[in-house]
Order: sequence, then C-alpha cells, then structure tokens
Amino acid sequence: MMLKIEELHASIEDNEILRGVNLELNAGEVHAIMGPNGSGKSTLASVLIGREGYDVSGSVCYEGQDLLALSPEDRAAAGVFLAFQHPVEIPGVGNMYFMRTALNSLRRQRGQDELDSVDFLALAQERMKLVEMDQTFMSRSVNEGFSGGEKKRNEILQMAILEPKLAILDETDSGLDIDALRVVANGVNALRSEGRAMLVITHHQRLLDYIVPDRVHVMAAGRIVRSGDKDLALELEEHGYTGLRQQHNSGRPALSGATQ
Amino acid sequence: MTTAMAVGGVLSSFEPRGEGRDPVWLAEARLAALGWVGEHGFPTRKDEDWKYTGLDPILAVPFEAATPGSARRVSADMINAAAVDLGGPRLVFVNGHFVAEFSRLTGLPAGAEVTNLAAVLAAGPERLEPFFAHAPGEHHAFAAFNDVLAEDGAFVHLTPGTCVDEPIQLVFFSDTGGVPLMSSPRSVILAGPGSRATIVETYAGIDGDVYCTNAVTEAVLADGARIEHYKVQDEPVSAFHLALLDVRQGRNSRFSSRSVMLGSSIARHEVRVLLEDVGAEVSLDGVYLPQGDQLHDNTIFVDHAATNCTSHQLYKGVLDGRGHGVFNGYIMVRPGADGTDANQKNKNLILSDRAEVDTRPRLEIYTDDVKCTHGAAVDQLDEDALLYLRTRGIPLEAARGLLIDAFVHEMVDRIGLEALRAQLEALVASRFGNGDRPVEP
Repeated sequence: MMLKIEELHASIEDNEILRGVNLELNAGEVHAIMGPNGSGKSTLASVLIGREGYDVSGSVCYEGQDLLALSPEDRAAAGVFLAFQHPVEIPGVGNMYFMRTALNSLRRQRGQDELDSVDFLALAQERMKLVEMDQTFMSRSVNEGFSGGEKKRNEILQMAILEPKLAILDETDSGLDIDALRVVANGVNALRSEGRAMLVITHHQRLLDYIVPDRVHVMAAGRIVRSGDKDLALELEEHGYTGLRQQHNSGRPALSGATQ
Repeated sequence: MTTAMAVGGVLSSFEPRGEGRDPVWLAEARLAALGWVGEHGFPTRKDEDWKYTGLDPILAVPFEAATPGSARRVSADMINAAAVDLGGPRLVFVNGHFVAEFSRLTGLPAGAEVTNLAAVLAAGPERLEPFFAHAPGEHHAFAAFNDVLAEDGAFVHLTPGTCVDEPIQLVFFSDTGGVPLMSSPRSVILAGPGSRATIVETYAGIDGDVYCTNAVTEAVLADGARIEHYKVQDEPVSAFHLALLDVRQGRNSRFSSRSVMLGSSIARHEVRVLLEDVGAEVSLDGVYLPQGDQLHDNTIFVDHAATNCTSHQLYKGVLDGRGHGVFNGYIMVRPGADGTDANQKNKNLILSDRAEVDTRPRLEIYTDDVKCTHGAAVDQLDEDALLYLRTRGIPLEAARGLLIDAFVHEMVDRIGLEALRAQLEALVASRFGNGDRPVEP
C-alpha cells in the first residue's frame, strides 16, 4: 500500500476541519475525493504536503514512512506532489529555471546526477507537449500573469517533469473551460502508470468524465462519509451532496456530525 | 552633549590639509569649512535628515587623517578581487590617495581628461575653486569635513561632444596599516555639452580594518550630456562609509546612478540632484542589503527647478539579522517647474524579526502641472511562494535564496556592464545562498 491515512484530524486554532479521515491508496490507483465546499478536501491536500499552521493528529503512512514527520521538501523528495488549486505567482523567478532547480533538487536528494540546461530543455520540451504548452511559458516568471487555465497546465507540466509517485490534484478543474479541461485531463491521463497513485480532489463530477477514477470518496464535514466505484460520482451528480447526506444521515446516525 | 564632546575630540586631531601648498582661496575655503563644522557640529538624530542614523559610533573613534603611503598590505590582486577590472581606464586610490602603479589611463579619446585631483591641484587649481567654494560645505557637515581634508580623488573632464565608450573605473581601496583612518576622497566629473561617459565607483577595504570613508563626488552635466554612474559599496563591516553624490544637470542632460550597498557597519549614501534646466532626466536606483548589525542609509534629494524634467527613483532593501535600512527620499518641485514627471518607489523585504527599516518617501510640490507618484512597501518573504517551492523539492534555504534573488534581481538586471553585473550577482548570491552569511554573528 502506498498511502494509508488513519483517523487524521486537523484544526486551525479551535476550528476542527478534518475530523477523522481514513483512506487507503495503492500504487497505480486513481482515487477521487468529492465533496461540497468547506468539507475539508483542500485541507486534506494541505496537510498531506506539509503546509504549516494546522494542529494535526492521527497518522499518515506513505510507503512505510511517517509522512507527517517530513518537511515539505522531504515529502517532495519522497515522491509526493500537489497540483495546487491556486498556483502561486512568483515574480522574478523564471519558470524554466524554477522547474530545473526543482528537478535537480529532487535528483540531488535522490542521489542522481543533475541535469544541465541543455538536457533539461530537451526534457521540458517533450513534456510540454503533454499539456500543449509552448516555450513562451518557460521564459516567463512562474505563473505570473498566467490565465487560470495556463496555471493549471503549468501544474500538470511540473508533475510531468518531476514524476512523483503520489500526485494530489486539488480542484485542478476549477476555472477551466471545456477545452482547457480536456487538455489538462489528457495530460493527467498520460501520466497514469502502474507505479503512480493519484488523489483527484474535485467539487464537480465533470472532471471524472475525463479522468476516470478507480474509487470515489465523498467528504463531508471533515470525514469521508461514503466510498464507492466511479458510479458514486454519477449518483452524486443526480442527487447532489445534500441528497447524499440526507440519505446517509437517515440510515447511519453516527454521521450526524457531518451535517453541520 | 556627548556628540558635541566627541566632535571636539575628532576635530582636535584634524587640521586642514595641503597647508603651505594650497592656493589662498583653498586654504580659506578649508578654514571656513572647518569653522562651519566647529560651529554646527556633526548632525544628531534631531536633524531631520539624520533621524534614523546615529553617528556616535563613528564620532567615538579617534581617526587620523589618511596620508599617501599609509598603506601596508594592499596589492594589485586585492584590488582586482574587490573591483573586477572592466578593461577601460582605471583610477585606483588607496586611503583616498591616487596610486599610479595600480591605475591605467590609456585608451581615452582626445577630449577626455581623466586624472586625479591632486594632479589638478598641483597644476591648475583654479579649476576646482567652484567646487570648494560653494554649496555642499555650507549645509552638510560631512561634505564640509571633506572640504577640510580632501587632497585627492578622481577628476574627469569631458570636452563638448566627447564620448568615452569604456567605463571609467574609480576604485577606492582602504588599507589602514592598523591605524584608524579617515579618508576623504573628492571626485569631480565635468561633462561638457553632449558628452557621454560611464563612471563606476567601487569602495572596498580589508576585513578588520577600522576606518571611515568620507567621500564626495560632484558631477556637473552641461546641456545634453549623459552620464551613467554606478557605485558599489563593499567596505568591511569594521569600517564606516559616508558619501555624498552631488549632481547638477543642464538642459536635456541625462544622469543615472545605480548603487549597490553591501558593506560597512554604518553606511550612508546621500544623493542630491539639482535639475537646473529644461528637460533634464535623472534615474536613481539603489539596493541595500544590511544584515548582522549593519545600517544602510539612502538619503536622496531631487530638486526639480526647471520645467519638463523627469526623475525616477527605485530603491530596494533586503534586511536580515539586526540590519537596519533607511530610505529617506525627498522630491522638491519648485514653483514654475511645470511638466515635472517624478516618481519614487521604495520596496523592502524583511527576513528577520529583529531587522528594521525606516522608509520615508516625501514629495513637496509647488506647482500644478506635474505628474508625481511615490510609494513604499515593506514585506516579508511570501510564505505561500516558499511552500510552493518546497513542495517541488527545493529546500527551505534555497527557496528563500530564490525568492530573495528574485526581489533583488530587478535591480542587478539594470546594470548594463556585464562584468560588473556578474560580479554583483555573485556577491548577492553568496550573501543569501545556503546559509553562507559571513556577517551574521
């Protein structure tokens, strides 16, 4: 098993956002996490990549290591990647330079040789095709002045270059029109592989038409309240989150905490 | 009280220089300047322009005036390491005095006179009278003190239309030989109508040497002259650095100055620009990087005294450790200076909760037809950007370095001289890269 999350709690000040998340993910699998706004999806992503400011308890075991004990850069070196919902603009840092620095940092931490700028350019050009980006993106500052769609493609490009084992995609579909969504989804699908697991966080079922998951989890009020195969997403589409919650509250009183 | 006593102590050890050799007007100017300092004392924090920069640590040191030949250890290698050789004319001063064997004055066009001030004082001193007889000393203690003591410095005179392609490099190196020295270089740049040149000033010394550089550089640009000026201040933290760059600009002249402040425990770089005639343009940039216990003060006064003149200022500071930065920028738009376009921007990046910055952009406008903007910002490193970089595998220290470089890069990028830019990039990188912080205690 690649990732095992047990009873994960996270709060900021006195506000508990994750209230006991349990999740298991194997290499090669793509799991979707769906849920309404405020259900804790993005917080889960943040905790997994090591954003500071949360009071965290519970355990996250990633490839036999205690993931929560690692710094964000060590998690990256171990193969964890997050495609951000809101990629940060970094004026003054060139996109190409940034990605080469990142890749070489990872390679160094893994005891591999660094790539020089020529080799890196060749790699980047190849991977850019995946997300239909041209080289002008590489000479700009990281995400600066990028449109919403360009930022998301840039995230997937980083994933293609850094080749993580566990990729978390946080609302990668938000703000994308249908064409951009297809480009991004094609990029993601091309990166699906035996050794790689993905956690696709989304608010909308639409993305899952393009990135078909092996499992779907529904999050509400800081917990996973239901899991199923890809058809669960369709059920959600039909009944909405409210319908799902009502259905479950009636059947499983233990979940009453999820209705707040 | 303590300041007054200290001033007395400092002054008692100094006497006007050049006695016996000075022409009468110069001897009188030196005495007048000494009298002015004696009467007014050195500035204290009660003076508006010195509010954030206390001078007690400087005034407490029993400096001696530097004399030629007081150096002990300096070598050509040390000078080349401090100031990368830009290949053109190069004047090297040690403790404020010209050293011919380290200098190179070849390859200059016919209309360019590049020499040292002492040579001019010996051969035809009357040319310098306007510079010692007027302004700075009348209202500026350290410029007055420079009046008293200055014997040497650079002298650049460009006849009308003369164009010097190679940068003229002025290297001010200090080597005290163990005695706390006050060096007082005085440089004069006279740019005739339509002339052009690039001037690069570098100040450096030997780690551990205690000294004070009190430098004055005056530039007078006639109509249509263009001067590009650079200043690199990389004195050791055992030293102090006080400098005044005083500029007067004629019609349609253009002056730019880019300053990089790295060294010294207390450093003040003051720039005063008088836009005297129609259509003059000035662009002033500065980057200051105090860390440890350093104080870096940028005080700027731009005086718009004519119509349709333009001034731009962009100063950026990165403050680490207990570093203290000061930006004190003042723009005056005089009555009748219509069509003035003036802007002033100061941005700061604070890396430590013990660092401090005082930023004070000021505009005083006495006419209506103007376009003036100013602004100041003080920020910390963007935590979201840091996290973003770290999630890509870039370790914290390197991520910080990347963001600091990005902040400073805009300034370094503006340096048109490739060799100088490369040297400064390396200096800045070594300062913030991978925890290599030589000044941090």
